[in-house]
Amino acid sequence: MAATAAPWDGFNSGLWQKEINVRDFIQQNYTPYDGDASFLAPATARTKGIWKKLNALFVEERKKSVLDVSPIPASITAHAPGYIDRAREIIVGLQTDAPLKRAIMPNGGFRLVVTALKTYGYTPDPAVVETFTKYRKTHNDAVFDAYTSDVRRCRSSHILTGLPDAYGRGRIIGDYRRVALYGVNRLIERKQEEKSALDDSPSTDAIIRDREELAEQIRALKELLQMAASYGYDISTPARSARDAVQWLYFGYLAGVKEQNGAAMSLGRVSTFLDIYFERDLAAGLLTEEQAQEIFDDFVIKLRIVRFLRTPEYDNLFAGDPTWVTESIGGMGDDGRSLVTKASFRMLQTLYNLGPAPEPNLTIWYSPNMPDGFRNFACKVAIDTSALQFESDEIMRRSWGDDGAIACCVSPMLIGKQMQFFGARSNMAKCLLYAINGGRDEISGEQIGPACPPVKGDVLDFDDVLARFEKSMDWLAGVYVNAMNIIHYMHDKYAYERVEMALHDYSPLRTMAFGMAGLSVVADSLSAIKHAKVRVVRDATGLVTDYKTEGEFPQFGNNDNRVDQLATWAVSTFMSKLRKYPTYRNAVHTQSILTITSNVVYGKATGNTPDGRRHGEPFAPGANPMHGRDIRGIHASAASVAKIPYRDAQDGISLTVSLVPEGLGRAAEDRVTNLTSMLDAYFSSTGFHMNVNVLNRDMLIDAMDHPENYPNLTIRVSGYAVNFIRLTREQQTDVISRTFHGS
Amino acid sequence: MEADNGISIESKSPFELRVNLAKDLPETTVKEALASGDMGFLHSFTTGSYLDGPGARVVAWTTGCGWRCQYCHNPDTWTLRNGFPISVGRATEELRKYRQGLKKMSGGLTISGGDPLMQDRFVVKLLAAAHAMGVHTCIETNGYFGERLSDAELATIDLVMLGIKTWDDERHIRLTGRSVEKTLAFARRLAALKKPMWVRFVLVPGLTDDPEDIAHIAQFAAALGNVERVEVLPFHQMGRFKWEQIGIPYALEAVEAPKPEAVERACEIFRSAGLKAL
Repeated sequence: MAATAAPWDGFNSGLWQKEINVRDFIQQNYTPYDGDASFLAPATARTKGIWKKLNALFVEERKKSVLDVSPIPASITAHAPGYIDRAREIIVGLQTDAPLKRAIMPNGGFRLVVTALKTYGYTPDPAVVETFTKYRKTHNDAVFDAYTSDVRRCRSSHILTGLPDAYGRGRIIGDYRRVALYGVNRLIERKQEEKSALDDSPSTDAIIRDREELAEQIRALKELLQMAASYGYDISTPARSARDAVQWLYFGYLAGVKEQNGAAMSLGRVSTFLDIYFERDLAAGLLTEEQAQEIFDDFVIKLRIVRFLRTPEYDNLFAGDPTWVTESIGGMGDDGRSLVTKASFRMLQTLYNLGPAPEPNLTIWYSPNMPDGFRNFACKVAIDTSALQFESDEIMRRSWGDDGAIACCVSPMLIGKQMQFFGARSNMAKCLLYAINGGRDEISGEQIGPACPPVKGDVLDFDDVLARFEKSMDWLAGVYVNAMNIIHYMHDKYAYERVEMALHDYSPLRTMAFGMAGLSVVADSLSAIKHAKVRVVRDATGLVTDYKTEGEFPQFGNNDNRVDQLATWAVSTFMSKLRKYPTYRNAVHTQSILTITSNVVYGKATGNTPDGRRHGEPFAPGANPMHGRDIRGIHASAASVAKIPYRDAQDGISLTVSLVPEGLGRAAEDRVTNLTSMLDAYFSSTGFHMNVNVLNRDMLIDAMDHPENYPNLTIRVSGYAVNFIRLTREQQTDVISRTFHGS
Repeated sequence: MEADNGISIESKSPFELRVNLAKDLPETTVKEALASGDMGFLHSFTTGSYLDGPGARVVAWTTGCGWRCQYCHNPDTWTLRNGFPISVGRATEELRKYRQGLKKMSGGLTISGGDPLMQDRFVVKLLAAAHAMGVHTCIETNGYFGERLSDAELATIDLVMLGIKTWDDERHIRLTGRSVEKTLAFARRLAALKKPMWVRFVLVPGLTDDPEDIAHIAQFAAALGNVERVEVLPFHQMGRFKWEQIGIPYALEAVEAPKPEAVERACEIFRSAGLKAL
């Protein structure tokens, strides 16, 4: 593939040439695509060959959990170049010197590294041990130096869980597109300008920190140049071709995952940006569609093999080995043009060419205004692969702008101009139980919160419980903000994301993302207290350990305001409590209603609740209604979740929906249209996020054993709808054997 | 949500047996309700169904049916008083919550049963209210009481899903307890009114799978000119436990669900008559 004469030849000029402004480049140059998927190309023999080679390694990796570990502490330049199949790779670059070989990243926390190494049968290099125990302090050590006794108690009682105090916080998205558009030299110059602009500022703590961070950013960019050079590429100047644009961009991302083991290492929103280069090369006859797709396939292969060394406990919490290489696709621009391009299709096509996979986490910024061709194709892909998630373009664009991306699952941020301090989540169900028990833990009986008299009498009084709950929230919010301030202060100090932040503007908007688990348990518990009669059961020490509920009460997920308002109240009230406490670096307080898969672990650590949920029973995931309680079908269930106000949950509100293909319509051709119209309806109302599972037989069998993961699984059987998990085991077996004839 | 007499209006699932929900209601109240249509009796309702008419549907199942089909999967809908009472106002209010979504999803309201026309006054009022708020309306019926609806009332129904059980009248009487004639008459009337119609046909091995019989239905339906699609529904045993629990003898104990090939063969018969069948 020949390159054009000058890197920016053929591009429309604009602000983007004068300043670092990728959004402007996109807006001036992209070609919206309104057509369908018929132009797409299948995988080439080359692609299949490389993928086959990796598949063999995946099998081995699954057997051993970890294929191999490099003893060298990671950095952008620590490892020699690595290849899968050097002669045939189109896009090059691995985290270490071999595929699936994991690096150790001790800056986040050395204890975790040692535990992980020992678990998988490796001995840490004595020199490394000495360095990180004797000479170099880690983020993890530093956080625990500064933690208060309150925070420690809350961690061990699991009312605050999953805090990034022993692992990388992640959820920072470098604008990797800048590497391709500007070349690294220009980016270094810009950072130098930003740094010298601070010369006149008085050297306060904040300014000193900024200067040091900018110096680190410049250093990281230089290392990025060096790393690319080790692969034979000079990325100091802008990319000249489509292939190079992908390669340049990927080097930027690779530098990020070489130096940080972040919980979520998301990619951003690259497809439509890249499309501009592909359109140019296609028009010049330098590329065929087959070659274009091949580049995307090869790029996605690289994204699928990002690996981090983590402990089995971490993997249990998040069900596997997630990296959240989230790519945001589609959406609308501020000017009303759709941001869908052919590259948006090519990115989805990788799920057919390489088969379904959880990574990269392909996320559609969904707007009913996107062209039919793309909406229908995305829905078809969702039905065929269950590998897509959908989020409201309208809500996110209005809040943050039209060049945003999702970090992790549901956290929107403007690329290169905004970052977040990730904060896992608090256990709101436990917070309610503490309110009832005067701050004592319902399982251990220990005093965790400030001591106050527990509820009196045998029957819970709604107003009394609500007043106590508010106080309990107030206390928890204070501890939570404290913990987060400490964590992120230390993360900046000891495990700063140098290259990712180098691909941000100076002084980006910072959000501090708090979170809440157990929302539907809280809503239903409050509803039980309000609408039914809840008697408490106390143990010998006076601790309330169980509840006896008489009578019916409305449950979250049935589009019934009597309880949906209680869910909304809990979200907005906790948010207002959080906002009262000042944050590190003046970050904007946000909150997510998201659990990922940790709803199971939170449930395990939480005693009986007034809604009838038993000790240890999993919570519903994210903002989902408790499984089996949303009995009016998916439209009602989604309507309840859509009532949660985004203004008080700006880090995202997650809804997971599980369907069988048959539940979307009798005729296969209707299913795509029906899913598209379902998403049109959800996202033209106030729905924020929908995870769409379209299940196959294996998933149904799994649903029998793990009903909590399949809250909305609807099965249609000749004229009526069944919520799968509500059936007896016998009926489930029956449905499976009948739904999947002959398989 | 609670119904007007305090009973939860959602069944936990269609597998939950719903009986006697209105058993304490005075006979005069029931009679008045039926006559005025201000109150109806529902077995249950759901949202987000994609199998009860075009697009996403809100589906309400009424109680009361004069037929006793041997393969009925909801025998607890036969008796009117098994349903819970709900006023037209309440039902309309509930539907209104879904109005915007139903429009976006090209869906609507489907009233199934039971036989909705057993409560024709209530159904007419609810459908008219739905129609007035711009919601697409559909009923699923065996058509036996089709004559209870005036032409003006039919105008508020956008689609009729008509169940045709079998062609041979002797077999029809054996299978359902009634003659097929009134069903066919209703179909002809709908055709004359050019009312869009879907035919629903339940394929029961040994009972309704005679190819010649199916061909008769197919020719009849094709000649009507208003049949947009035929849905061949394979018989299943999911309703068996209800017969047992209600304590009525179930004749189809030994009948198995038809094989997919048999369903496909039945569809082919309809297709060869020029109909869209699935």
